[in-house]
Amino acid sequence: MKKDNQMLVGIISSVISIAVGLIFGFILLLILNPAKAGLGMSTMLSTAFSNMDQFGKMLYQAAPLMMCGLSVGFAFKTGLFNIGASGQYTIGAFFALVGAIGLKLPWWACLILSCVGGAIWGIFPGLFKALFNVNEVITSIMFNWIGMFLVNLLLANMPFMLSAYYGVGTTDRTAALSDANPSAIIPRGGLDRIFGNSSWINISIFIAVAVAIIMWFVLFKTIFGYELMACGFNKEASRYAGINANRNIVLSMIIAGALSGLGGGIYYLAGTIQYVLEKSILGMGFDGIPVALLANSHPVGTIFSALFISYIKVGGSAMQPNFSSETINIIISVIIYLAAFALLTKLIIAKFLQSAGAKNEKKEVKA
Amino acid sequence: MADDYVIEMLHITKEFPGIKANDDITLQLRRGEIHALLGENGAGKSTLMSVLFGLYQAEQGEIKKNGQTVKINDPNDANRLGIGMVHQHFKLVECFTVLDNIILGVEDTKNGFLQYDEARKKVMALSEKYGLKVDPDALVSDISVGMQQRVEILKMLYRDNEILIFDEPTAVLTPQEIDELMEIMRGFKKEGKSILFITHKLSEIMAVADRCTVLRKGCYEGTVDVASTTKEELSKLMVGRDVEFTVKKRAVQTGETILSVRDMVVGSRVHENNAVRGVSFDVKGGEIVCIAGIEGNGQTELVYGITGLEPVKEGSITLRGMDITHASVRQRNISGMSHIPEDRHKHGLILDYTLEQNLVLQRYFEQQFQEHGVINSGEVRKYANSLINSFDVRSGQGPVTVTRSMSGGNQQKAIIAREIDRQPQLLVAVQPTRGLDVGAIEYIHKRLVEERDAGRAVLLVSLELEEVMSLSDRILVMYEGELVGQFDNTVSTEELGLYMAGAKRMEVKA
Repeated sequence: MKKDNQMLVGIISSVISIAVGLIFGFILLLILNPAKAGLGMSTMLSTAFSNMDQFGKMLYQAAPLMMCGLSVGFAFKTGLFNIGASGQYTIGAFFALVGAIGLKLPWWACLILSCVGGAIWGIFPGLFKALFNVNEVITSIMFNWIGMFLVNLLLANMPFMLSAYYGVGTTDRTAALSDANPSAIIPRGGLDRIFGNSSWINISIFIAVAVAIIMWFVLFKTIFGYELMACGFNKEASRYAGINANRNIVLSMIIAGALSGLGGGIYYLAGTIQYVLEKSILGMGFDGIPVALLANSHPVGTIFSALFISYIKVGGSAMQPNFSSETINIIISVIIYLAAFALLTKLIIAKFLQSAGAKNEKKEVKA
Repeated sequence: MADDYVIEMLHITKEFPGIKANDDITLQLRRGEIHALLGENGAGKSTLMSVLFGLYQAEQGEIKKNGQTVKINDPNDANRLGIGMVHQHFKLVECFTVLDNIILGVEDTKNGFLQYDEARKKVMALSEKYGLKVDPDALVSDISVGMQQRVEILKMLYRDNEILIFDEPTAVLTPQEIDELMEIMRGFKKEGKSILFITHKLSEIMAVADRCTVLRKGCYEGTVDVASTTKEELSKLMVGRDVEFTVKKRAVQTGETILSVRDMVVGSRVHENNAVRGVSFDVKGGEIVCIAGIEGNGQTELVYGITGLEPVKEGSITLRGMDITHASVRQRNISGMSHIPEDRHKHGLILDYTLEQNLVLQRYFEQQFQEHGVINSGEVRKYANSLINSFDVRSGQGPVTVTRSMSGGNQQKAIIAREIDRQPQLLVAVQPTRGLDVGAIEYIHKRLVEERDAGRAVLLVSLELEEVMSLSDRILVMYEGELVGQFDNTVSTEELGLYMAGAKRMEVKA
């Protein structure tokens, strides 16, 4: 089979899987609320494209999802399961907000800070794994909780960070950037005019796509990526080849952490959302896992899987009045779950094509 | 009688992407014969058997049993037709008992509960009848490889299979176990069972088989009566040319000392004691020094110590006058050490990488292959192609073939190409021909001797006495982590055996 052909089969199988997921989602809607099922489904599918504002929202949400997906996928390629994307994302958001509200830094400096924050949170699981062979899954789950409560604790003790300080009477969230430091808001680059004054859209989607392409280049075109993936595929053989596996584990976690951290930065520096002191771990980091899986950890594929999941989520939130948020989450999960069967569909299609090819050959022989 | 075929595979063709694994192959198995299937690695033996066992579907051709065309879609179909197979890598559940494994899939139950009594009786009867000694209550993880194989054979017998396929059954056995297996196979033949015996060891075919079908590069080369043929003729059929069984070497001309090891101690990963206990020796340029010994006497750890995969506890290692006792693997590589590892899947290759990526495994960072950290893919491709051509590494898609899909022999050739082309001062080769066929063995032996003749130091670790005797200029015998004998290559194998078994020992000094 030629390489182009394989690409085509890959794309077709993704499309089929997504279609099957949507059909199943629709069947579930029919069972849960037959009267509104048709409306619900069309809301889910059309919202993101119904107006420029919603389309902008989809792009806005896709950017941090993409970053978390890249983070998980990058670690996967090195043989690590970075389930700590959520903690890194939270710390990244915290660093960015401290830079923006506390230090009054411009937006780009805040984004750099968010990378630093995420990277620091990625170092620990990496070091524990490299030095003491502690499973990174356990460490990073713990660091998700540590990160969240640490940020809550710190923010509660930094009154100048909270919106109450700026005269808005709540102490459970950070100050709005428009009050505290408008220069920290990620510029819209004129996109808001194209997107019909959408309050969501900014250049973060371009940042995320650019980072995805850089990650693709790093993994597949550089000797650093060669080493990382060698460690991921076969640690023993990379030791044999003289590659310093432990160094690569730490570096990989630092990079993965920085990616998640940047995700946190771009989400909260959009200026539309304030960080609320949470009681549960932020879901964005965990959503990075299906984003990475759906893309088979491929950085460029991550762009599309993040857009897809963001699209479904934006549609889902518009279903609110007719369906409970739990129902919507179930539908979204079903769709994502079935979309992840793309790999299986790919095998089936390949098998089908192969047998069809063999039949054609036979016909030619007869003729 | 002569044409009483129990199984006929007629004009079988099976293709994989980029490669025709079986091209119009015909194999006819008579009732009650031992039929050998001979071919090099990658000749298509395993594919053909997988077609018969229902693991693959052939694109063309038909299979007949007792003259009737049959369709075999999966191993269950094969089982119903009385076809059983012992795979090269056993398919046993490690944490189940022997008895559990034998009845797995065909259990008798009563009200949903397993009925062991009948099964145990039948297994013990079969075990008795054919001399297949097993302990039915032992866990598979606790028993020897030889006994695991007997369990696999009992599995076939328990299912009343009449046609028994053995896929390279002797690769994992000791010489004594091989003799026992041959005896068991003869017993089956007497019972009227038909046996297909896949191998590339000619002596085993001569010893036990009635007829032999030879495959080469996926094509059918012919079927011969073993009684009227010779080893030489068979190997010529298999490889397509005359094969030399002995290696031609010129007299040894040693140069300066390349490697010197002094009082080296290396720990063990499996037990508390040290695996290598104070070993000292030198290897000079232009000689092949061979470490002989029975498996598990510290040879693996000795190599790990020298190549840097395992830290050295005591002693020193010097490479061309440079102390490398605590040097990293990378430093050792750069200083002129090449290593053909014992386990090509664990250490030698990154199986999910392409052939070209594997061929630069220790060199990707060199100036030639990178520019500011970016891989120069054109150079990598060019270099890979030159290695593939000069070492005749065969694969489906050339440099971009994923190495996992290559045959074992070609994987090994790729490693050897990579290691030799680095022009090392010291070449450490561990079991370089394990699991390979005569053609590939001949080739690898020739390459090793060429390296020696070019003045390089070669340290060879081998468990095969034949290989030790024909290649080495000097032999060191290792027993329980120590060197217990040093010989030139005129020593008799009997004498060597006594030292390997620990019955005799002498003082060995570097």
